[in-house]
Amino acid sequence: MIAFDMLVAICLFYVAILFGVAFLAERGGRRGSNAWLRSPLVYTLSLSVYCTAWTFYGAVGYAARSGLEFVTIYLGPTLVLIGWWWTLRKLVRIGKTQRITSIADLISSRYGKSNMLGVIVTLIAVVGTTPYIALQLQSVTLSFAVFAAAGAPGPWQLVDLNAAAFSVAIGLAVFTVFFGTRNLDANERHHGVVTAIAVEAVVKLIALLAVGIFVVWGIGGGAQATLDRIEASPLAGMPVAPGRWIGLTFLAGAAILTLPRMFQVLVVENEDERHLATAAWAFPGYVFLMSLFVVPIAAIGLAEMPPGANPDLFVLTLPLAQGRDGLATLAFLGGFSSATSMVIVAAIALSTMVSNHIVMPLFLHWTRSGATMSGDVRTLVLRARRLSIGGVLLLGYLYYRLTGGSEALAEIGLISFAGVAQVLPALLGGILWRGATRAGALAGLTVGFSLWAYTLFLPSFGEGAVMSAGLLADGPWGIGWLRPQGLFGLDGLDPLVHAVVFSMGANALAFTLVSLFDFPGPMERLQAAQFVNVFDHSPAGQGWSQGRAEAEDLLLMAQRILGADDAQRLFQRAAADQGKQGYLPDTTPEFLRGLERKLAGSVGAATAHAMVGQIVGRSSVSVEDLMKVADETAQMMEYSSQLEAKSEELARTARQLREVNEKLTELSVQKDAFLSQISHELRTPMTSIRAFSEILMEDDALPPERLADYSRIIHQESMRLTRLLDDLLDLSVLENGQVSLHPQPVSLSDLLDRSVAAAGGRSGRAPMAIRRDPAAERVDLVTDGDRLSQVFINLVSNAQKYCDAADPVLTISVTEVEGRVAVDFVDNGSGIPDRSQSIIFEKFSRLSDPRKAGGAGLGLAICREIMVRLGGSIVYLPGRGGAAFRVTLPSRCAEAA
Amino acid sequence: MDKRVLLIEDEPNIIEAIRFILARDGWRVDTHADGTTAFDRVAETRPDIVILDVMLPGRSGFDILRDIRADAGLGGLPVLMLTAKGQVKDRDLAERMGASRFMAKPFSNTEVLASVRELTGA
Amino acid sequence: MARAPLFLAREGYRRRRLADMARLLPVLGAALFLVPALDARDGLGSGMLIYLFSAWFGLILASAFVSARLARAAPSEGADPSAEPAAEPPEEAS
Repeated sequence: MIAFDMLVAICLFYVAILFGVAFLAERGGRRGSNAWLRSPLVYTLSLSVYCTAWTFYGAVGYAARSGLEFVTIYLGPTLVLIGWWWTLRKLVRIGKTQRITSIADLISSRYGKSNMLGVIVTLIAVVGTTPYIALQLQSVTLSFAVFAAAGAPGPWQLVDLNAAAFSVAIGLAVFTVFFGTRNLDANERHHGVVTAIAVEAVVKLIALLAVGIFVVWGIGGGAQATLDRIEASPLAGMPVAPGRWIGLTFLAGAAILTLPRMFQVLVVENEDERHLATAAWAFPGYVFLMSLFVVPIAAIGLAEMPPGANPDLFVLTLPLAQGRDGLATLAFLGGFSSATSMVIVAAIALSTMVSNHIVMPLFLHWTRSGATMSGDVRTLVLRARRLSIGGVLLLGYLYYRLTGGSEALAEIGLISFAGVAQVLPALLGGILWRGATRAGALAGLTVGFSLWAYTLFLPSFGEGAVMSAGLLADGPWGIGWLRPQGLFGLDGLDPLVHAVVFSMGANALAFTLVSLFDFPGPMERLQAAQFVNVFDHSPAGQGWSQGRAEAEDLLLMAQRILGADDAQRLFQRAAADQGKQGYLPDTTPEFLRGLERKLAGSVGAATAHAMVGQIVGRSSVSVEDLMKVADETAQMMEYSSQLEAKSEELARTARQLREVNEKLTELSVQKDAFLSQISHELRTPMTSIRAFSEILMEDDALPPERLADYSRIIHQESMRLTRLLDDLLDLSVLENGQVSLHPQPVSLSDLLDRSVAAAGGRSGRAPMAIRRDPAAERVDLVTDGDRLSQVFINLVSNAQKYCDAADPVLTISVTEVEGRVAVDFVDNGSGIPDRSQSIIFEKFSRLSDPRKAGGAGLGLAICREIMVRLGGSIVYLPGRGGAAFRVTLPSRCAEAA
Repeated sequence: MDKRVLLIEDEPNIIEAIRFILARDGWRVDTHADGTTAFDRVAETRPDIVILDVMLPGRSGFDILRDIRADAGLGGLPVLMLTAKGQVKDRDLAERMGASRFMAKPFSNTEVLASVRELTGA
Repeated sequence: MARAPLFLAREGYRRRRLADMARLLPVLGAALFLVPALDARDGLGSGMLIYLFSAWFGLILASAFVSARLARAAPSEGADPSAEPAAEPPEEAS
């Protein structure tokens, strides 16, 4: 039999090793080396905090009392882990993008950074976890007691067992404080703790497997023989109650998501999302191995050990009874590991929650003057955490002392599970349902937690402890259907199933109904979108509008929380990103958002938001937030507007291309039309010329008058051709800008005289009267007189050709319009119809039949080109009775006079 | 032989030339210069052949040709088209619309005469 | 939001079916784990014990198979987080 002192020494040695492992891992983690620290294996092993002393010792006891039912505690987590694609993946992603520090932080952050919810979840967690911590202390003391009783019976025994529990609690507190509050940023993770827990996970697995193998092959006589002994044992007769079976599986599945310590290792300590893929099979494998030998140990324990022996300790007592001290010691260390790892992680998780959601808000409340004015926040946060750790462990110890450590381990565990499971509706609803609201979560949590306390937790202290026997039997004030364990007269149910059905049912119902009828605030809706659509959203958070925040105040505050070096580095980097020197960046919304998130890693989202809010001068929602929330699909809108912009750009390009194409087509059409016109204008006179010249050549017998006529036609048409070619050349020269002008001083009246004379008379018709005002014409110009008179000639001859009045009159008047000289040519004919006025200056725009025109319709086009070259203009004046053209001369011509 | 030609053309010198050429050969030549009333004139005079210019004031020669071809009584009337534009697409269009022959200006007198004779079977 | 394409390349299709498998596994597991509740009224036999642990072990193997392939098929961390939602069927996001 191993000496008790020896056991204590081994125990201390083991603890020293754990300290060493944690210390080395911490150092390695800080250096960034030790890749295996970040391996999925360590992650999986750290999840084994699920398997506490309750599993290690209690599972066998559970099996010995209730048969196969114990296995449901592992089936639930197995289902959740292999279903990681549904929820865990999302939880981990949310945890990373929102820098979630605890389950209370997640709930608080999801429902609009509500600290009220954070407090409630923290309270639930503390109330739910305290019995569990007591359970661990109890199992450690019980296991000590086994050795003490077997080894050195003496008077110290009972007294010192409590002392042992106390010293274990103190030791755990020291370890947790030492490694759990080294760094403040929870998201930088506790490498030391996680590694120590991984080591403990290995120890407890090996220990339980070793005991199991010893029991099956050492005592049981092999696998088949053991199976036979199981068949023969009382276990075989224990029926599975379907209600409990399903209820417990559900409860265990819920627990792995909601237990603060599980959330800590699953989400907060997660290094890499891909580790989940490994844990998805490796963790079920771990619990599979942990439960593999439970039934054989229970069955053989019941057969081998004396009646009345505590089945909760078969793992220890079986090897001891067989004289296997070494194995028993290993089993003891396994149980010790199970208990300590649970307590450590639970203490870290709870202390984070307590300090972030209770201590810090209270502190901020008390120091309304602002975080910058008060003491060092960093020290305060750390102190708050350390005190919380101590407080949590003290609570556990007190609970252990109060309950006397007498209950069966299993029931405490299940009560605890049912308590923390009350967070499940708010948790799942929060990450899966956009419509879940803060009020809904509050209602669900309150109702569920109250019912849990009423139907399960308080009755668990036993009759007369908290609830009187009368209350339990007859209900409050004798109202039977309100009996804690028989609500609405449902007596037939197992108390646990009864409590789970009512508390979870009412919880989910309240949560859903209140959420449905509630209208969430902007911050809630924003966070809802961020959580539920975490895979769609970029990790952009809720914004701070650019406020009055002084960067210096923020830096002071950040230094207190993050430490001077880290904070200065952060600010310097932010400043550099903004292209600034020094430590003080502009307090842009992006910067504030980033800072808040960084702080959230240390003190939780709600507190960080409140602290930044205090300095920035407001802690509510910015206009930007409101706008974002106004359409809940801000991101989608952005995306679609990007698409829109892109398609707009494409449309613009297409439009441009189409315009160019139209222009080209138009040009091509114009060119075709021009060529076709030219062709027509050339071919028509040539036709006459050719026809008549052929006639002249062939016909010798033409009468002389015909001969003369035909020769005249040929001549006429030749002249027409020549004119056309002249005009074309002229126009092309003018249009290409190759024309050379010869400005010289000229007199307007001289030019007009010359032009009227050159235009000639009207062949075979009444002569046109031309009215002029010699006084007004006395204007001297500096311009190209030949070109200008070309315009005048054209206008006069046009009037002579087209004026259809019986007594044609052309009035040429000179006026000054806006400092320019305008020469108007107005006849008394029928003028040009409205619809044609716009095209008369185009090439070949001859309006009437060509016999009268005698030109190719290029005259006015040429006039326009000339006037443009001369710096003036020519326009048609509508509404002057007849055809009216105004030639405007450039002002400089007149000035030069 | 007293065959009649209706010449629809707006250029006076060309009218004079064609009239002279055909009259010399013994044709009776009627002329019409306005596009809008050209078809009525065709229906009214019922010539043996129509010489039709494409560019006419008021209405295109092609439109007149279409009307002639669409008319039950005039459908088979030979039509010689003249154009001064001389573009390939005009020629194609004329052929498609049922012009009996298509000639580009400037034409040779003998060619016009030969075409008119050929088309009327004279 | 951009409409997910109706048909995916072979690789994307495989990945979606893998995700389907990952979603189905817990359902299958729940069904398997329900059996003892339905058929153990008369007590725990060694047969039931063997059944339960075999089913459990089978699920673990299946999960290992699906998860390993999913992890390999999924884009590496941070490489392209936006690629993920595209492969995400809408029913999960809502």
